[in-house]
Amino acid sequence: MQATTVAKEIALCVEELSYSYGNRLVLDRVSFQVEKGALIGILGPNGSGKTTLFRLLSTLYSAPAGMITLAGSAYPAQAAAARRRMGIVFQSPSLDKKLTVAENMVHQGHLYGLRGSGLRKRVEELLRLFGLEERTRDLVETLSGGQQRRVEVAKALLHEPELLLLDEPSTGIDPAARRDFWRHLFALKEQKGLTILVTTHLLDEAERCDRLLILDRGKRVAWETPSRLRELIPGSVLSIRSPKLSEMEEELKRLWAGRTVRRVDGTLRIEPRSEESVEDAMRDAASLLQRFGADVTALTVSQPSLEDVFLHLTGHHFESQTEESHGTSKQ
Amino acid sequence: MEPRNSSIASGGFGLGVYTLWNREVVRFLRQKNRVVGALGTPLVFWFLIGSGVGSSFRTGGTGSGDYFSYFFPGMLLLVVLFTAIFSTISLIEDRREGFLQAVLVAPIPRSAVVAAKLLGGMTLSVLQCLLIYLLALPLGLHFSLGSFALVVATLCLLGLALTGIGYLLAWPLDSVQGYHALMNLLLMPLWLLSGALFPPNGSVGWMRAIIHANPLYYGLELLRAALWPGRSSASLWLFGAITLLFTAAVGLAAVVMTDRVRVKHP
Repeated sequence: MQATTVAKEIALCVEELSYSYGNRLVLDRVSFQVEKGALIGILGPNGSGKTTLFRLLSTLYSAPAGMITLAGSAYPAQAAAARRRMGIVFQSPSLDKKLTVAENMVHQGHLYGLRGSGLRKRVEELLRLFGLEERTRDLVETLSGGQQRRVEVAKALLHEPELLLLDEPSTGIDPAARRDFWRHLFALKEQKGLTILVTTHLLDEAERCDRLLILDRGKRVAWETPSRLRELIPGSVLSIRSPKLSEMEEELKRLWAGRTVRRVDGTLRIEPRSEESVEDAMRDAASLLQRFGADVTALTVSQPSLEDVFLHLTGHHFESQTEESHGTSKQ
Repeated sequence: MEPRNSSIASGGFGLGVYTLWNREVVRFLRQKNRVVGALGTPLVFWFLIGSGVGSSFRTGGTGSGDYFSYFFPGMLLLVVLFTAIFSTISLIEDRREGFLQAVLVAPIPRSAVVAAKLLGGMTLSVLQCLLIYLLALPLGLHFSLGSFALVVATLCLLGLALTGIGYLLAWPLDSVQGYHALMNLLLMPLWLLSGALFPPNGSVGWMRAIIHANPLYYGLELLRAALWPGRSSASLWLFGAITLLFTAAVGLAAVVMTDRVRVKHP
């Protein structure tokens, strides 16, 4: 390590990265820089370019336009060096289910040039760390989904990478296993100073990251901390459910001209005015009830979530877009 | 950075090939139905064609017991073909399930992935063939150390070559169904027209030409020369050289394809 650098070391640097399938541009000049030891979330709906970015960073795709520097090695020029310093957990399980946990780990070790007693010790150590020592000799197919995920991460850490990439790590595991999984991630970050990049479409996972990269239709729409992102919408968000949504929407837009009213998935969401207090929000809610009382199925006053932030940044809802291809998106 | 990294660079290829090869073999042995299928199919074929259909050839005046001896090398080739098909189908499964992704981002050269696959297919097919060979010895199969060595060497080359062909077909595909289509279209005719079922000399001209153009014909004749001395017209050196060259070409093509061809879902 270069001990002379005063500023925080950079674990990953992406500059003006673009990628296309045929003539369809899926990543459009994306840039960001990750400091060593940070936990980064890459957030975006399906079709945002998130998975393509992950595949580029994990060195599965070659020949991108732009620059990628992974743990100090330029990709693709120094691919082998970069690969040695990265641990990668894919969304689809990379374990061989017909082999035991230990066999899977040993194969992985061999692929990274580890062998013998050193490798055996490392396997034991990691399986203990992830609470899997009891399952060492069991076939992977007999493990629960959460346990398999943990083996995946243990496997990716065998060669002591500096950078850990995880693609949608919570796919297919139950909430308890998810909490447990994230506890392990935080421990790794704290204890080993590991730099972690995780793609997710779950907003509650994104809230736990140090910084978020939000992608929409191949473009970077935000690169900020979750709290700073939430500050984009000061105050409380009102949301209304009702069978008469259209009429209500028209009337509200007329009544409260200048405020952002959006209709998303059968809900009307009203962003707060700037500098709005909780009391203002309550007063607004009360007046809404007075006016539309009988037609309101549900009325919620809530802190803005990252979902609201995403809506605010892109003008469309997080989950339900992708069909309408490359229309105009607000920046 | 760390001393370990330098040893990765040097030991990457050999250790990588070993570990992936080892996985192929262990996986095969652990799936009992695969073992049963792999051993059973050729035995059924052998019984049906060698003794059942064979007798109808005999009445045609080919001489008693001849067809069994004629067909035996072709059956070994069929075993090699089946094994090659199965071990390269797993390539598609590994891609779909995700195992391959982890291998492709590991710091080993792509050629190690190819080598392990080809060696795995070779190992399994040679082992099965030898088992059948042992079973056939008491039935009057010719045996000498020289012929045994020639059989093993030829089976190794054929195992590599056929697994290589399967690899070339499987690498760009993302569905097993697609592979089955190609298998019926290409691989089975390749076997049928290798001289395995009928000799080229008795066939019509164009058929003879096709068989002679089939690279498998030369390996098959080597097997025949070893197992049925005096009945094959093979010039061992020439046919051996053709088989070796063919195997090398297929192996090289597989490495190039793995390096160059961009797959939709790597």
